[in-house]
Amino acid sequence: MRATYRIIESTDIQPNVKMFKVYAPGISRKAKPGQFVIIRSHEYGERIPITIAGTDPDNEDVTIYFAEVGVSSRELGRLKEGDDILNFSGPLGNAIPLKQYGEVLCVGGGVFQGANYYLAEALHLAGNRVSSMVCARKRSHMFLIEKLKEISKELFFATDDDSDGDRFQALLESTLERGGYSHVFTFGPTSMQKAVCMATKKRNIPTSVNLFPIMVDGTGMCGACRVTVAGATRFACIDGPEFDGHLVDFDELISRMRYYTPQEKIAMVLQEEGVI
Amino acid sequence: MSRQEKRQVEMPKQPPLIRKSNFDEVANGYTKEMAVTEASRCLNCKKPQCVKGCPVNVDIPSFIALIKEGMIVEAAHKIKESNALPAICGRVCPQESQCQKTCVLGIRGDPIAIGRLERYAADYERENGASSSINNQKLNGRVAVIGSGPAGLTVAAELQKTGYNVEIFESLHEAGGVLIYGIPEFRLPKKVVKAEVDYVRSLGVKIHLDSTIGRLYTIEELFDKGFDAIFIGSGAGLPNFMNIPGENLKGIYSANEFLIRTNLMKAYRFPEYRTPITVGRRVAVVGGGNVAMDSARCALRLGAEKVFIIYRRGAGELPARKEEVENAEEEGVIFMLQNNPVRFIGDERGYVKQVDCIRMELGAPDSSGRRRPLPIEGSEYITDIDTVIIAIGQTPNPIIQQTTEGLEVTRHGTIIVEEETMETVLKGVYAGGDVVSGAATVISAMGAGKKAAISINSYLKNHFAT
Repeated sequence: MRATYRIIESTDIQPNVKMFKVYAPGISRKAKPGQFVIIRSHEYGERIPITIAGTDPDNEDVTIYFAEVGVSSRELGRLKEGDDILNFSGPLGNAIPLKQYGEVLCVGGGVFQGANYYLAEALHLAGNRVSSMVCARKRSHMFLIEKLKEISKELFFATDDDSDGDRFQALLESTLERGGYSHVFTFGPTSMQKAVCMATKKRNIPTSVNLFPIMVDGTGMCGACRVTVAGATRFACIDGPEFDGHLVDFDELISRMRYYTPQEKIAMVLQEEGVI
Repeated sequence: MSRQEKRQVEMPKQPPLIRKSNFDEVANGYTKEMAVTEASRCLNCKKPQCVKGCPVNVDIPSFIALIKEGMIVEAAHKIKESNALPAICGRVCPQESQCQKTCVLGIRGDPIAIGRLERYAADYERENGASSSINNQKLNGRVAVIGSGPAGLTVAAELQKTGYNVEIFESLHEAGGVLIYGIPEFRLPKKVVKAEVDYVRSLGVKIHLDSTIGRLYTIEELFDKGFDAIFIGSGAGLPNFMNIPGENLKGIYSANEFLIRTNLMKAYRFPEYRTPITVGRRVAVVGGGNVAMDSARCALRLGAEKVFIIYRRGAGELPARKEEVENAEEEGVIFMLQNNPVRFIGDERGYVKQVDCIRMELGAPDSSGRRRPLPIEGSEYITDIDTVIIAIGQTPNPIIQQTTEGLEVTRHGTIIVEEETMETVLKGVYAGGDVVSGAATVISAMGAGKKAAISINSYLKNHFAT
């Protein structure tokens, strides 16, 4: 029996980033921040993991944001409102415990700004004092800002250059230096999460990262998502995706994430040429 | 007994040089003439020993007698009375150590080729329009089955036939479990699996895909949804690694990942199918079981020039079926026996490029009855390779165990059950297959499924009688 995962809302956030609300009643009731879904958009499709960025149990939908950067994400992006996604499996991975952390900084970057907001809001509702930092190449690439304002004690904007915001690295250092944070959470590109961890480690601030290595099944079967944490091999799908960022071997992770880059490039060219 | 009668009718196979470069099925199956000739060898013993060797008690002499009479569809129906997946079992059961092992013909010649005949009957029925008799008897009771592998499909088919309402919850996007993601196309064509899964559906079983129990619903929530009994058949899906230096280098796969990409995701047809896979010129497969043989033979078909099986014990200890070892050898797989990797060496960009192995000698038998492999000091040597597949076993998937309060598990992660009933410590919750036994065979999982179905039936009868 195939369930119908219908796209009930599709919004272009930026030229290459889309937001979908997908009809998925079971997941909408169960999902929590930190969890992800595995999506396959058609019969020939790859299984791709996407972090959940919100749920609405009343409307029975699940929100995802994704960047159309590879063949599979572009194919997903071609689907329109009213279309069905072939497979939409989740919620997978462990939820981030919504407990009392106290003074929290949530650093979200790139397409993960959605997942970051989902967590920041939940932490706020759980009684934490939340400050947020949004990271993007340009100010125009930032989204969910008004919503973040409502729940954040302080809100910081970091960009890759300082043309229309503060430089990420400098802002991160100065924000942490002013201090008072008891826990930092981060969602975003792996290099950004690594930079956050380097800055928090110096100041001994516990930091949760959310990793998204290459995955196939998302349920512990393939081991493609293995990550070295405190010297031991862990699976991001069943042991994470949240880990103590100070213990993660980021260099290995970043190297492993590039494994299929040559194949992805070939597939992109073939897609652009209309061969596949 | 004539010479001809002493020998099994051979099954035609694709020649090794041809088959090693395609994913088509290796063995082509009997023709009707071959099947009838082979079936005629059966002595139709009064006290058949073969049935005792079958974990699901197929009435072997009766179905063989029907083939002898040319009543092939009837033969298939006879098998399906006790085995819902005959075309699968005919291909992947280790008959040589089960039903055929006890065949009296085996004393002075070859045992009857039960597996090949089972396969022939099931294939014939499928290709000539299989029909299933749907039981109209309806009983009170809804059963949730977790996992659509051999154990789950068996429980579901048995209980649905008895009259219960059965729903299967499958985590992946296709039903069949290891039959779909693990065993390669050339050994078990996916259309055969799909047809047998469809047969189970045709009985009235509902299959929910994309449904990871423990995440989407917990066991407790399944009871809340109105299920009266639950069977856990979530398999042994968690791959073991060696925990040696360099194991996370690029180009090192678990056999599970390698086979999932190849079989479930059809990466051998990349980029038409979007999932990529990489195979270098020299591939090392670590391990000696059926999964290792499957991985090695997939690697050849994906274009590897040389494929090595690195196994720490000797040829006599290889856990794989003899037939699969022979197939691998014929196709050119090189066996590096009594060797064990101690570390993997990478290049400056993080790709594996060499394996450092140590030679092993065999000591006294260990708890498994096999001679214990011991490293020979100072015998280490380096071999160039560019892809590694680790096939040293799997342990149970931990998600259900971690999310179900009160479920008792061993330190290996297997679920503890009452041996006779397959019941767990939780009332109304049963388990069977690899999640209980640890990684084993398709047919032993089906045997466990059958046992569980009998217990669930009596549990539900009691449950609704009061």
